[in-house]
Amino acid sequence: MSTVTVIDPTVTATREIEFRDALREAMSQEMRRDPRVFLLGEEVAQYNGAYKVSKGMLDEFGPRRIIDTPISESGFAGMAIGAAMMGLRPIVEFMSWSFSLVAADPILNNAPKMLYMSGGQFGCPIVFRGNDGAGGQLGSTHSWCVEGLFSNVPGLKMAIPSCPEDAKGLMTTAIRDDDPVFFLESERMLGMKGHVPDGDYLIPFGQAKVRREGTDCTLVSFGRPVNFCLDAAAELAKEGISCEVLDMRTIRPLDIDSIVRSVRKTNYCVVVDQSWSFGSPGSEVASQVHQHCFDDLDNFVHRVHSADVPTPYAFNLEQEYLPNARRICEAVRSCLYRA
Amino acid sequence: MSMLSEPSTSTAFDVHGKPGERTSAPATTGRRDLVDPARCRQWLRDMLMIREFENRCMQQYQDKKIGGFCHIYIGQEAIAVGCTAAVRPNDPIVTAYRDHGHALARGMAARHCMAEMFGKIGGCAKGKGGSMHMFDREHHLYGGHGIVGAQIPLGVGLAFACKYTDEVIDGRPNSRVALAFLGDGALNQGAIHEAMNLAGLLDIPCVIICENNGYSMGTSIHRGTTMGHDIISKAIGYGIDGYVVDGMDVLSVYHDMSAIVEKCRRESRPAFVDMRCYRFKGHSMSDPRKYRTPEEENQYASDDPIGQLKLHLEERGELTEAVLKEMQKEIREEVRESIAWAEASPEPPMSELYHDVFVEPHGPFNGTSLPQMLQGKDLR
Ligand SMILES: Cc1ncc(C[n+]2csc(CCOP(=O)(O)OP(=O)(O)O)c2C)c(N)n1
Ligand SMILES: [Mg+2]
Repeated sequence: MSTVTVIDPTVTATREIEFRDALREAMSQEMRRDPRVFLLGEEVAQYNGAYKVSKGMLDEFGPRRIIDTPISESGFAGMAIGAAMMGLRPIVEFMSWSFSLVAADPILNNAPKMLYMSGGQFGCPIVFRGNDGAGGQLGSTHSWCVEGLFSNVPGLKMAIPSCPEDAKGLMTTAIRDDDPVFFLESERMLGMKGHVPDGDYLIPFGQAKVRREGTDCTLVSFGRPVNFCLDAAAELAKEGISCEVLDMRTIRPLDIDSIVRSVRKTNYCVVVDQSWSFGSPGSEVASQVHQHCFDDLDNFVHRVHSADVPTPYAFNLEQEYLPNARRICEAVRSCLYRA
Repeated sequence: MSMLSEPSTSTAFDVHGKPGERTSAPATTGRRDLVDPARCRQWLRDMLMIREFENRCMQQYQDKKIGGFCHIYIGQEAIAVGCTAAVRPNDPIVTAYRDHGHALARGMAARHCMAEMFGKIGGCAKGKGGSMHMFDREHHLYGGHGIVGAQIPLGVGLAFACKYTDEVIDGRPNSRVALAFLGDGALNQGAIHEAMNLAGLLDIPCVIICENNGYSMGTSIHRGTTMGHDIISKAIGYGIDGYVVDGMDVLSVYHDMSAIVEKCRRESRPAFVDMRCYRFKGHSMSDPRKYRTPEEENQYASDDPIGQLKLHLEERGELTEAVLKEMQKEIREEVRESIAWAEASPEPPMSELYHDVFVEPHGPFNGTSLPQMLQGKDLR
């Protein structure tokens, strides 16, 4: 799939649809143009998806291409990887990325290493997708932010949209990509509405988007917390602090150039990452910014993560656990010596 | 032990299918009358309690007092009640996320169970676990577990520890049995199969009880599971005895489980039970149940475990209208009280966020690695 048109979605978008519709449109459009693409996972077909992302897809594509699986993540993820080695392009839905942990071996040990281990003979063009992150009071086992764990692995790409437009464009790119893509959605955002073009378009991996321009501090984030950053930036603007919010859109590859460009302008950087702090995308960004912007920084890079504890169930504890707007504001003030 | 009480009506709907011929061990006969009527009435009370608790949970969930996922046990009460009655209080139990019934049947106070779902400090896990994660050390309940299948290796481990403690440390024969519950859909997780093989291999006294309600979310057992009509064949493949038990009848559950558990205890061997039942409500609170017909639901409603036991007692003149009324009144009161208690229980203090990560209250955090919120802050 080599010829691609890159459309800036903001140019053509007129109608508003939900995040889940945007994901479905990308999958359906790709399934119409490429018979090798199919979707499998728990409740994706007859139930129309546990979260209605695949609603109506069984009707359009039939049970050979929209496949209900038993609760056997290890089995069906591995099966899809085998199919990808043979040249098919599976989309594997995990009802939640938390459930992908029982499939850790195939998705981490097979998919991202196949090409390398086979000396370039067998690629693995596959998309794993599902809900990621805490915030729904689901407790410790169901609230994983797998970007912390999985972004450590070479050989995979990781996309993490924060809005419906990006969800569609990044998903299209993910399906056409020849390498394994880990696509992180959020149950908390599936109902979010946004302007999304109806045609197919690709958002290239490794290109951050400036979601808000600013001059005093660069906020770097991925996925749902980008929205927390926008809230925090609005709040901080009232105090006269102008934040630039960068939505990274993919964690691997990481668009470090856009971060550096912004930090050279603002001289301050706060990274907001919903995974745990130890060995995380957030710590990687901080390390790279320190390396590239050592002389530009007026303070060390501050980081806001989920608290370094298993996710609690209680509403008040979970709210505090998350990298919420209040905690972001505090980090920015502290970074800018305004605490 | 084959289906002891045949399904009450000639079944138009049969979500499970005819079991195979290989079910182990003979049935004991004429036992239905052997249970002391007072004990029977206690089971009726326990089942009514779970029913009322679950009905009120659903309301509390609609009112947003309960968050996250909430899986209702209505329809399956006979299993938690009958199984816990068949074991000793110190036989460990572990189950999945549909766990309120097991918690109550095991003896957890309704208020601690309710407060857990309210996310309050008075909850059995201080509000940190929620509906899917009921733990009660005092009553030997080793959890509610959210990841499908995860609890079965744990259950085998509980039984391993019982046997090890008795035989290796204390030098006496094994005295305990663990019960590990799972759903029919969970049978398709790899972990279950590894655990069954281990249990068979190492003679581990764990009774694996499949609460076979015929559905895993919207997937009927026949759409998701090979040999769905005869799931004990899977256990037999691991050298484990398999039994089919009518999970809608608490007397069958109690009698069959008593025999199975005592055999496992005596022989220090695992067993597998296809506990046939039906969940009356949706998978979780957000399931409109479009995958099954009202006709099917109505048919199974007539097998209601509470109705069956009531009838059994009434037929024998062991339950009067007045006694039942009084029982129901007490239960309503107790559940109402549990809600008020949960409501009044405080939210967990922020310090709880960082407690229990390690056995040391603040773990190996010290100096500059102390979590930001613990640095010189007043923790209420
Ligand atoms: C590994 C894993 N995959 C998926 C899920 C989501 N999930 C929760 S319950 C469930 C259905 C389980 O059905 P069954 O085992 O029959 O138990 P029941 O709900 O009927 O009690 C699914 C798919 C999960 N919790 N864990
Ligand atoms: Mg089930």
